[in-house]
Amino acid sequence: MTQRSGAARPPGEPRRVAYLYLLPAFLVYAAFLLYPIGRAVHLSFFDWDGLSLGRWAGLDNYVAIVTDEGLRAAFGHALVLIVFYAVVPLAVGLALAAILHHAKVRGLGFFRTVVFLPQVIAMVVVAVAWRRIYAPDGTLNALLGALGLDSLTRGWLGDHTFALPSVGVVGTWFETGLVTVLLLAGMSRIPGELYEAARLDGAGAVKEFFAVTLPSVRGEIAVALTLTVIAALRTFDLVYVTTRGGPGDSTSVPSYEVYHRAFGLSQVGSAAAIGVTLTIVIFAISFGINRFADRSTT
Amino acid sequence: MISRGERVANYVILSAFAAFALFPIVTILSAALGPADTGGTSGFGNFAAAWEIGHFGTYLRSSLLVSGFVVIVSVVLSIMSGYAFGTMRFRGQSALFYLFLLGIMMPSEAIAVPLYFDLRTLGLIDTFWSVTLPQVALSVAFGTFWMRAYFRASNRAIVEAARIDGASSWRILWRVLLPPARPAVVTLTLLIFMWTWNEFLIPLIMVTSESLRTAPLGLAFFQGQYTSGFTLLAAGSVIVATPVVIFYLFLQRHFVRGLLQGAVRE
Repeated sequence: MTQRSGAARPPGEPRRVAYLYLLPAFLVYAAFLLYPIGRAVHLSFFDWDGLSLGRWAGLDNYVAIVTDEGLRAAFGHALVLIVFYAVVPLAVGLALAAILHHAKVRGLGFFRTVVFLPQVIAMVVVAVAWRRIYAPDGTLNALLGALGLDSLTRGWLGDHTFALPSVGVVGTWFETGLVTVLLLAGMSRIPGELYEAARLDGAGAVKEFFAVTLPSVRGEIAVALTLTVIAALRTFDLVYVTTRGGPGDSTSVPSYEVYHRAFGLSQVGSAAAIGVTLTIVIFAISFGINRFADRSTT
Repeated sequence: MISRGERVANYVILSAFAAFALFPIVTILSAALGPADTGGTSGFGNFAAAWEIGHFGTYLRSSLLVSGFVVIVSVVLSIMSGYAFGTMRFRGQSALFYLFLLGIMMPSEAIAVPLYFDLRTLGLIDTFWSVTLPQVALSVAFGTFWMRAYFRASNRAIVEAARIDGASSWRILWRVLLPPARPAVVTLTLLIFMWTWNEFLIPLIMVTSESLRTAPLGLAFFQGQYTSGFTLLAAGSVIVATPVVIFYLFLQRHFVRGLLQGAVRE
């Protein structure tokens, strides 16, 4: 930011022409993103079924997010998913990246290719694969049976207690690789002298990790948390294909509620209010995480 | 130095994790390539059957058209807007840029609902435009951010020299700045391609006719309707995932760099 404003503008540099270069992108952006989000805010103050005339509802749709049990549950489920999508991958990713960074193992390139692969596969495909694994006659139960743990087998996605954690584990599966690769890139930029200094002070591997490695990758941790928390809050495809919010509403999440209320229950105003709330929460979280990272690095 | 035991332990941990990452993928692949659970076909016969019964040929065609349009339009518009933000100074510059930044984090579910009802009023629902233009808007937000970062870091001296030679801003962009920008443009192209190809919510809401169904949407419908066995579903999944995976395997650096750096704010 500060770098460029210092550079003097060369004489004769075109000024107005900048708007022409911006115009095409801005038109599409304004028509298909800015205007709709404005409309979402507008719709969220109405009680509307999508067909007949809407009725002014004031803040009712927002109040319902706090008071309506189903909606509260949906946001609660999102919090649970954050543990599976962000907290667990961060813990596992830190451990894996530290091992890889420390041990200089062979086959690092292959490992990185494999663990990052889930990121590029369409979520619908991921969901189909995991539905198969979790099915009553699926791979997980077969595995448990082979280990003599038949008592643990169940239809994982149809179980009131286990459906949400089962969806969460899928999140852990595809986010851990991203976090690991991100942290690994950060660790490779740590100057070797820092480690030598720590070793001269007699630090062991664990102390070295907490004194040198962890503080050096603060920025990467912030990025990893931002990406994974937002992914958790935006879980839609996975729930749509695996459980449709069920059984009961045990896996309902805000994104799915937006879709379900708008097109299943004809409560468009409520759907818009959830969408707007979700947007605000996402902005607040990414802003908060980045502020926190900025403060702690300086 | 690392002891032998520690080294072995490290390899065990890493192999276990790699196996965990590959497990669902192997599940799908082995089901798709194995003998069909309904009998009859096996191996490549499964793909042919899925292609026929699951209509994946049609879905791939619309995915290709949708992705092609979104990628080309988004990349060209992003290059132009990124050029303006990255190399020129104008009134309202930072306010406009922050407006674009909003779109990077904007969840598509928040805009898709009002868009559906407005496009329905205009009679544009279930058209090519209703699927592509919202995705162009989302992609342009990231693309502007991405290309601006590139152009800001590019060599100013060459631009000044070209300007003194009397080159127009249009010529400077396409003839001077863009050729060395190829890696940045390739990364952007691949990311937008991946996001568009894998997008599910927008086609789900905007499309009702089968001829416009994209590949992930087709797979989700196929899963709902086709319940006799898993083989064809697995084959369909492989068909849907393969294009992006192939690009990933050959151009991995771009994907990793883009997905990691794209998130890093300055």
